[in-house]
Amino acid sequence: MIRFSHASKRYPGGYDALQDINFHLAPGEMAFLTGHSGAGKSTLLKLIALIERASRGQVIVNGQNLAKISRRKIPYHRRNVGMIFQDHQLLFDRTVFDNVALPLVINGLSHQEIGKKVRASLDKVGLLSKERAYPITLSGGEQQRVGIARAVVNKPPLLLADEPTGNLDPELSREIMGIFEQFSQVGVTVLIASHDIELITHLPYRVLTLKNARLSNDSAPATAGQY
Amino acid sequence: MPDSVMILHQQQQASIEMGNWLHTYLLRHLQVFFYSLGQLTRSPLSLLMTSAVIGIALALPTGLHIILKNMQNISGDLDSAAQISLFLKKSTSDTQAQQLISQLKAMPQINKIKYISREQALQEFKRLSGFGNALKALEKNPLPAVIVVQPSLSQSNALSNTKATQQLVEQLQNKPYVDIAQFDMQWVKRLYTIMDIIRRGVIILSALLALAVLLVIGNTIRLAIQNRRDEIVIIKLIGGTDTFIRRPFLYTGFWYGLFGGLIALFLVITSLLMLSGPIEALTQSYESQFSMQIIDVNSTLWLIGGSILLGLSGSWVAVERHLREIEPT
Ligand SMILES: Nc1ncnc2c1ncn2[C@@H]1O[C@H](COP(=O)(O)OP(=O)(O)O)[C@@H](O)[C@H]1O
Ligand SMILES: [Mg+2]
Repeated sequence: MIRFSHASKRYPGGYDALQDINFHLAPGEMAFLTGHSGAGKSTLLKLIALIERASRGQVIVNGQNLAKISRRKIPYHRRNVGMIFQDHQLLFDRTVFDNVALPLVINGLSHQEIGKKVRASLDKVGLLSKERAYPITLSGGEQQRVGIARAVVNKPPLLLADEPTGNLDPELSREIMGIFEQFSQVGVTVLIASHDIELITHLPYRVLTLKNARLSNDSAPATAGQY
Repeated sequence: MPDSVMILHQQQQASIEMGNWLHTYLLRHLQVFFYSLGQLTRSPLSLLMTSAVIGIALALPTGLHIILKNMQNISGDLDSAAQISLFLKKSTSDTQAQQLISQLKAMPQINKIKYISREQALQEFKRLSGFGNALKALEKNPLPAVIVVQPSLSQSNALSNTKATQQLVEQLQNKPYVDIAQFDMQWVKRLYTIMDIIRRGVIILSALLALAVLLVIGNTIRLAIQNRRDEIVIIKLIGGTDTFIRRPFLYTGFWYGLFGGLIALFLVITSLLMLSGPIEALTQSYESQFSMQIIDVNSTLWLIGGSILLGLSGSWVAVERHLREIEPT
């Protein structure tokens, strides 16, 4: 699903945020991306979503070499990548329903289809009762779940999450991780960037560790607990 | 046969899907169309202010254009009132004058003839000038008899084409008994020149004000884009195309154009209504059959259509310039 080969990212100004990254994530696989602050986690996710482009090497997503995707085609690529952010990135002047509906509106779906899919998605994150609420009235955990509902409403084959539990207490964090696990179980590829080692190491998933812009460790699920 | 039935069925299916797609597409446009209106009416004061600026800027050239058109109508009247005055020699008798008149009547270039005898001329002069008593002091009537000739009007001898008229004047000058044949329309020619200058001025002014409207709308849309920067970033993150993001801003430009045009129309109509009373009184004192035209359907459509077009293009330019700058980081 995702293949990095010798991918590097140098930001304008000369800072190397990623150097010679190599890994492959199979379809339906769930993995964590961890590392110290500034290690390059967000940058790696941005390369996948084409928010940034690799300076060297190749990034292949869903069989497509991202270097070959023109600026005009980027939106269509992003529709296949559900993204979840630490700061949620919700529209505060719109209801929960309208926030979650946005990707479908962009896709030009009809009214009925939008209603059905939005409710199904809100149901999965347990927020069906809040569809008429405004995000500002929701707790941090609820806002994050709205973000997740929006990311998955289009049923993208790939989910990226950047510090999705950054502001949440451990219990809420586990709850959010549980939601990701459910998507993974139905075949969605999930990559979660998090520096919350405590949380990650207790879950049976592959962990990619970045250190100073390089991939320093790629531990299989079986050894995750021992790391 | 079942194969062709299948194909037929598929074609029907496809056309139904096409219809659905079109329906959804139009519905979506309609939604954004009214959504952008709803957004605008949330801050009615700023909508009114911007539209008023546009309206005033467009009312000015439109009003001038209409006044100019009316002036052309008046001068059209003047064309038909083009006259040549033949001042007869003082020695000419009424009978001799009548001979001349019957000669003139035979000329195809001449439409109407009016004879003012010396006596009539004096009466009229007394009436109009108010020097009646002073003239009584004169022993002899100082005024000549006048034959007023109205040329037959055709396109070719309208005032603007004075060559034919000039020939006619020369011909009349050479008739017996005629002292002076006078075609005193110099001032009409000047009027035409002045109107031409004004017309060009209005065109230049229109262009400048249209540019101003473009800039006002462009700037308003630029601010709107900046206000919704976060929203644009989010939409880009979840796969919104430039077309999708551009749409509400273009419709916003459309609404500004429409409201600006309507305000301009209102301003033009009220100002011209206020002017039309005195102007008609003025022209009637010149015995003109003139009635003021406020604004016709054609000009109205041009004004509103042009205003909407300015709104759309102003926002298009702003969106093109600023949308690319906003990218998720
Ligand atoms: N747009 C940018 N321009 C320049 N440097 C950047 C930019 N974004 C991130 N960086 C730098 O790249 C490094 C990696 O950043 P990031 O990927 O956000 O790390 P992480 O998410 O692991 O904390 C940091 O040192 C950061 O300062
Ligand atoms: Mg980060």
